[in-house]
Amino acid sequence: MAGTTEAKQQIDEATREYKYGFVTDIESDMAPIGLSEDVIRFISAKKQEPEWLLKWRLKAYRQWLKMDEPNWAKLHYPPVDYDETYFFAAPKSGDKPKSLDEVDPELLETYKKLGIPLEEQKVLAGVEGARKVAVDAVFDSVSVATTFREELKKAGVVFMSISQAVQEYPEMVQKYMASVVPVRDNYFAALNCAVFTDGTFVYIPKGVRCPMELSTYFRINAENTGQFERTLIIADEGSYVSYLEGCTAPMRDENQLHAAVVELVVMDNAEIKYSTVQNWYPGDKDGKGGIYNFVTKRGICKGKNSKISWTQVETGSAVTWKYPSCVLAGENSVGEFYSVAVTNNYQQADTGTKMIHMGKNSRSTIISKGISAGKSQNTYRGLVKVLPSADGVRNFTQCDSLLVSDTSGAHTVPYIEIKNPTAQIEHEATTSKISEDQMFYCRARGLEEEEAVAMIVNGFCKDVMQHLPMEFAVEAQKLLGISLEGSVG
Amino acid sequence: MLNITDLHVNVGDSQIINGLNLRIKAGETHAIMGPNGAGKSTLASTLAGRTTFDVTSGSVDFEGQNLLEMEAHERVAAGLFLGFQYPVEIPGVSNLNFMRTAMNSIRKQLGKSELSAGEFLKEVRTVAAKLDMDFDMLKRFVNVGFSGGEKKRNEMVQMAMLNPKLAILDETDSGLDIDALRIVSDGINAQRRDDTAILMITHYQRLLDYVKPDFVHVLSAGQIVKSGGPELARELEEKGYAAVA
Repeated sequence: MAGTTEAKQQIDEATREYKYGFVTDIESDMAPIGLSEDVIRFISAKKQEPEWLLKWRLKAYRQWLKMDEPNWAKLHYPPVDYDETYFFAAPKSGDKPKSLDEVDPELLETYKKLGIPLEEQKVLAGVEGARKVAVDAVFDSVSVATTFREELKKAGVVFMSISQAVQEYPEMVQKYMASVVPVRDNYFAALNCAVFTDGTFVYIPKGVRCPMELSTYFRINAENTGQFERTLIIADEGSYVSYLEGCTAPMRDENQLHAAVVELVVMDNAEIKYSTVQNWYPGDKDGKGGIYNFVTKRGICKGKNSKISWTQVETGSAVTWKYPSCVLAGENSVGEFYSVAVTNNYQQADTGTKMIHMGKNSRSTIISKGISAGKSQNTYRGLVKVLPSADGVRNFTQCDSLLVSDTSGAHTVPYIEIKNPTAQIEHEATTSKISEDQMFYCRARGLEEEEAVAMIVNGFCKDVMQHLPMEFAVEAQKLLGISLEGSVG
Repeated sequence: MLNITDLHVNVGDSQIINGLNLRIKAGETHAIMGPNGAGKSTLASTLAGRTTFDVTSGSVDFEGQNLLEMEAHERVAAGLFLGFQYPVEIPGVSNLNFMRTAMNSIRKQLGKSELSAGEFLKEVRTVAAKLDMDFDMLKRFVNVGFSGGEKKRNEMVQMAMLNPKLAILDETDSGLDIDALRIVSDGINAQRRDDTAILMITHYQRLLDYVKPDFVHVLSAGQIVKSGGPELARELEEKGYAAVA
């Protein structure tokens, strides 16, 4: 592609600003910089937490001090200086706002720029049936606005910030928090336990099909603020919920740390569908800045016939370390992982899943699509494990990598541990490059170079995108195009 | 409409087009015939803007514009269409999505507003029906699992949708059975108007029985060595390239 190289250079030269790179000026109420037992006491006091939680946090902190940052991933980044990080920042306000009218207008403006449907319903033209989306907006660690409370309440669904759940449902929080991801599970999970600032709590009662898709938009705002979200979703027997998580962040020069923990608990015949579109600031085209995203996401299919389905579209962050996993404990339980990970410029992603088969006849499906552009490195890392007790397990794994540039890397690291001979495991993997023929064909039908890449990449990701809820799928398709701007070569 | 003067094109180190001259006016249908390796496909791809080929000298004027300075997608917006000899598969992208994106991309370049889904569907249904293309085929991924004939028919649907001023058809007849050839020919004939032009590139006389050209050119070693009317094609078929050129 001799001639396109020139076009590519021109595109590269044009500085591309992160579309969502703006900063909202809200006075933050910050903890002192760095991490210590005092900072943890500050956070806990600020949030008026019960004594048990403070003790739990401190225990986690002491545990964390004894742990080391993991280094097995194919990621290279300068060490995070935890002494130079702020661990708590809350938008300053006296009382919590009671309606949107009371919410800081600047905050609402930020949401508007992001196109977040805070007000009532967002119905996409052409989508069948107006579906409602309840948004529990997490802004700089504290929930400031919620909608659709009434309808959810009627169904008996609990959807609130985890801080509120600590006050209102302490038994449930105590019973299930860290039951899926133990405090000492890994370095970042332990850190999160010590300093988590807020997050979301969902409980779907027995037999209830959640009447709307639940959505939380996380947004990192204050400078140098690590973001430590905690999400806990419990689907009781025979219930169903679809949860959407979408993220954007303002432009930053310095790296921002993000270490979230998400735990899902699914009882008999229940199902959780968890979809993520992650679009945090990936750093500039020279690899400066960007979010460090170290997330632990795990769900347990406790009951028989239970199901967890993870779908993720990862386009953002400078560094991504993320393995949404399923512990398939129940008989006939089902785990699914559908993933699209796009890396451009100097982004690095090491992402995949773990399917731990404990229950008889449990089944799992893994479909991973990695797209590498620029000088980025994109790794799929996945584990399929079958314990001796699990008869009749089936797994299907498909890992496809697409290279958009000559200077990027795609890596596939599957781990398979089978301790039961009755298991049927399939693994397929491909690596391909966008072909010159495909590009020319699209160009010869009138598509610009970047449109052509976006179209081919979206086609490549089709198998995953179709698992996203409609609202998200449209957003995610656009995002793939935006993420790959200036990447052709 | 199209004026090619002394065109030289290299592929790698070898010169494939070697001083080619050709003038096509609106309302005309031209056929370029020639043996394998004569440079037929190179000419077609060069005109459409494929960048793997190096134009070393010469000029191409298309509707008063310097074609060689335009990018491939700009040439499409200017009204040039290339029907591929081997249409490419694009997994995961439906024909409908592909065509709609293409049309809107062209409209954007021309400063027009996007087609609504309704307008587009109406148009594509009409075109597909004319070309005997099952609507379900349009929902399938671009050329994936299509037979040779289906792929060529799909090219005709795209051509009709884009409605170009100049259609360059690179061996559109290859690999077609007699029914498919008839449908494809109907597609080409429907595109022949006073304000359009067709440039067919073909090995065989067969297509020219259905789409009667005004001019036939013989391409050999990167040059047009002989031009004439439709009778030239018949002569080639009977005597072979070597004898005629």
